[in-house]
Amino acid sequence: MNAPATSAARPVPVPQVLSGLEPGPFHDRLAALNHQQAWMNWMGYASPSVLDTVEFEYFAIRNQSTLFDISPMCKYAIAGPDAEAVVNRLVTRDIRKLKPGRVAYCIWCDEDGQVVDDGTVFRYGPNEFRLCCQEPQLSWLEDIAWGYEVTIRDVSREIAGLALQGPTSCALLRDLGLDGIESLKPFGIGSFDIAGVALSVSRTGFTGDLGYELWMAPEGALAVWDALMAAGRLRGLRVIGYEALDMARIEAGFLLPKIDFLSAQTVLRADRAVTPYELGLDWLVALDKPHFNGRRALLELSRKPPRRKLVAIEIERDKPAHNALVYHRKSREVGMVTSALWSPTCKRNIAYAWLDAPYGQTANDHLWVEIYLQKEIRWQRRMARCHPVEKPFFTHPRRTATPPAEY
Amino acid sequence: MKYDAIIVGAGHNGLTAACFMARAGLKTLIVEKEDHVGGAAVSLSLTPGWTYSNCSYVCSLLRPEIIRALELPKHGLQVIPYEGGAVFNSKGDYFAYLSDHDALRRELIRHSPRDADGYERYARAVMRQCRFIKPLLLRTAPDPVALKPRDISELLFILKRFHNLGAREMAETVRFWTMSIAEYLDQFFETPMIKAYIAGSGIIGTGLGPYSPGTAYVLLHHYMGEVDGAIGAWGFARGGMGSITQAMARSFEASGGEIRMGSGLDRFVVRDGKVRGVVLENGDEFEAETVISGMDVRRTFIDHTDEKELPADFVRGVKRYRFRGSSGKLNIALDGMPSFTGAPKDASFLRGDLHFLDDMEEIERAYDDWKDGRWSASPYVDFLIPTQIDPTMAPPGKHYATIFVQYAPYELADGQWDDANREAFAETVISKIERHSPDFRKLIVHKEIRSPKDIEDQVGLTEGNIFQGELTFDQLLFNRPVPGYAQYRSPIKGLYMCGSSTHPGGGVMGAPGANAAREVLRDLGHRIDMGLSA
Repeated sequence: MNAPATSAARPVPVPQVLSGLEPGPFHDRLAALNHQQAWMNWMGYASPSVLDTVEFEYFAIRNQSTLFDISPMCKYAIAGPDAEAVVNRLVTRDIRKLKPGRVAYCIWCDEDGQVVDDGTVFRYGPNEFRLCCQEPQLSWLEDIAWGYEVTIRDVSREIAGLALQGPTSCALLRDLGLDGIESLKPFGIGSFDIAGVALSVSRTGFTGDLGYELWMAPEGALAVWDALMAAGRLRGLRVIGYEALDMARIEAGFLLPKIDFLSAQTVLRADRAVTPYELGLDWLVALDKPHFNGRRALLELSRKPPRRKLVAIEIERDKPAHNALVYHRKSREVGMVTSALWSPTCKRNIAYAWLDAPYGQTANDHLWVEIYLQKEIRWQRRMARCHPVEKPFFTHPRRTATPPAEY
Repeated sequence: MKYDAIIVGAGHNGLTAACFMARAGLKTLIVEKEDHVGGAAVSLSLTPGWTYSNCSYVCSLLRPEIIRALELPKHGLQVIPYEGGAVFNSKGDYFAYLSDHDALRRELIRHSPRDADGYERYARAVMRQCRFIKPLLLRTAPDPVALKPRDISELLFILKRFHNLGAREMAETVRFWTMSIAEYLDQFFETPMIKAYIAGSGIIGTGLGPYSPGTAYVLLHHYMGEVDGAIGAWGFARGGMGSITQAMARSFEASGGEIRMGSGLDRFVVRDGKVRGVVLENGDEFEAETVISGMDVRRTFIDHTDEKELPADFVRGVKRYRFRGSSGKLNIALDGMPSFTGAPKDASFLRGDLHFLDDMEEIERAYDDWKDGRWSASPYVDFLIPTQIDPTMAPPGKHYATIFVQYAPYELADGQWDDANREAFAETVISKIERHSPDFRKLIVHKEIRSPKDIEDQVGLTEGNIFQGELTFDQLLFNRPVPGYAQYRSPIKGLYMCGSSTHPGGGVMGAPGANAAREVLRDLGHRIDMGLSA
């Protein structure tokens, strides 16, 4: 956060950057509500993991409305006459099909077809894009853009973001005078203002429910927050932490880098990198478009069954299979669980698991997970039957209904 | 028309049983007297903009195994837990039962540090009893005299669990099943308001007072439930309790089941000691060799079965089975959120169950009124405003209050349950609430008043007893509803019971329906996994 020294001649010592977690644009409001004093580190920002109770925060996502600070996401502005070509070279989807005012979920790969990261591409205009993702990507983007007429800027700190998610979220925004919000389709972008602050609102989110993401300059962040909270009184708005969101994202079928897979750029062991096919994200790979990063390798990979696969599984009984190993016929180890949850909405015991081929692809019977349960300090091992199922676990018509219902 | 199985009554137990029948591949029909499904788990709109949970109003006991096996979430059921609750006393103080354990402890200490410790001991004692009883819910109660291998093994299962409790805990269990809730709580607490708050669960729906033996069990019955593994937690069904039965109906229809509404049962058709089908009030006749009644045991056998077809001792057992309606219900549409003089504005505990009580004696006096054939002058109320959490039941900023009222007699000593008495009953309740919430009365835009008589007439629960019969020890397990007939079968071949009159009893639990289905399928030779493993 330090301005570079403007004159080398002046011997003013530059203050050291702060250590510890950094307050984000909504920190004052979050701190006042964080009754559990529970913070986690998200890209160096203090992000609430839970404010009151995970349970009630979770249910607000599926029942009313919730607010979650997403400012710590990495954001890159990509603009210029060649912007479309650069983004299309980056991601595996055919971004030429993405119209201005629309958002697309994307992944991007290295030359070997291994996934670097996932994120959302916002197209604000013919030559104007923004990429939102979890991991810093600036140098990767600059490498790809080399030789193109395009500017790439890290705008992570210039844009504050809020995820407003839940069945009453549209009604809440309408109460705030966002005319036409109800006609915004899923993955659409609109321009609005709240409390005099200009906003970009996208109908996107990480919950699999009706919801919006609100993007604004950090200077206006608190005014927008306060207006949302005031309007939220009638709509059951609740501020939530990451733990509740994580439950919703597992139900919704979204993967999380560093939990469900690792970026090819961060792995030490070569076999830890993953392909889109292994992630079950074939539908994001447009092999029919011209050259893009990893295309040649992906062409090759698309022709053979993946050596392993991340699959959604459902497990018998009710104990979540955290960190569990997966066995075939209770004996042969064939995989492991990455994310696990007792889904309070689906009332199902769900998880994502990596399964070595052919399990999870052609061999789906006789799979068991090994769950460790601690009951009053005594550990028990439980073998529970599981079977692969389709993603997402949770889906609801209100996510895509346009105009959305009142709740 | 001929079916494999006919279920009488589309309440939650009838629907549960029907779902399992249809899933087993049987051609199944439900007949229902109302033009909607639900029985006592309904959501009806009586004034534009509002939806009421007209009868039952909170959800906890519905077995998670059943929710999962019948895929109720896929069919639209969402259960939202609610936060805590409170009791307000006449001196302007309150005791808040907070869902955050640390906050609850601080609140208990505010009243009495001893009670804060007592609460931990109490919670452990109740949890131990719950652990003992919970596995019995989805099992058929063994018949102790039948001596069939299955009964013996089930008896052994219970005895083994009982024995595993240890000597001290075995004694505790017997005490718990027979004691009064007042005496039970005296062991742990000294603050009158705290005792009164907890005691409510011991008397709800029952014709007993807090000092009557047997009420400790009624409390346990209300604690056996859970929301997502949080034992004892209660929640709202999003959209009202009707969303439970609507989800069940969709699940049933998705399995190929058929529901006929709008005409009630006239009689069961019985020939040569076997059931042959049903005749409806509108004259429609349907054949089936398996008929399952979701109605209570009295309506099933006294009102709709030819007594000649039944053995005398069975009829005697049915006639002496006690119902005793003891509660009424008010559903109120509110123009805004009422304020409570004792509570800080926006207190989170207002989102839970609220009561207005000084002490246990006040409940006992309320019970005294009931014994004399009057509704309580100062009733125990279980008051909730679900619309603070559920956005679907009232317009934004407006609210719905569900008010369960204990005690109200089925028969009044003076007069009938006519409009004037119903209004006077509601007035008693509203004026009590008004003492703690001065703006409550003026916020009322519509109200539904239900006496035990109305509950009987409209819902079909004899004497308005919400459990289809008292939950006292003499009417539990192998005695429910009639000794020798506690395994969902009746003296008539092919005619079964699946209502709350059977084990394990009332509450929107679904367990009687699931257990009955298991017995029926066993008799029909279906050896299928119902998907009910915990």
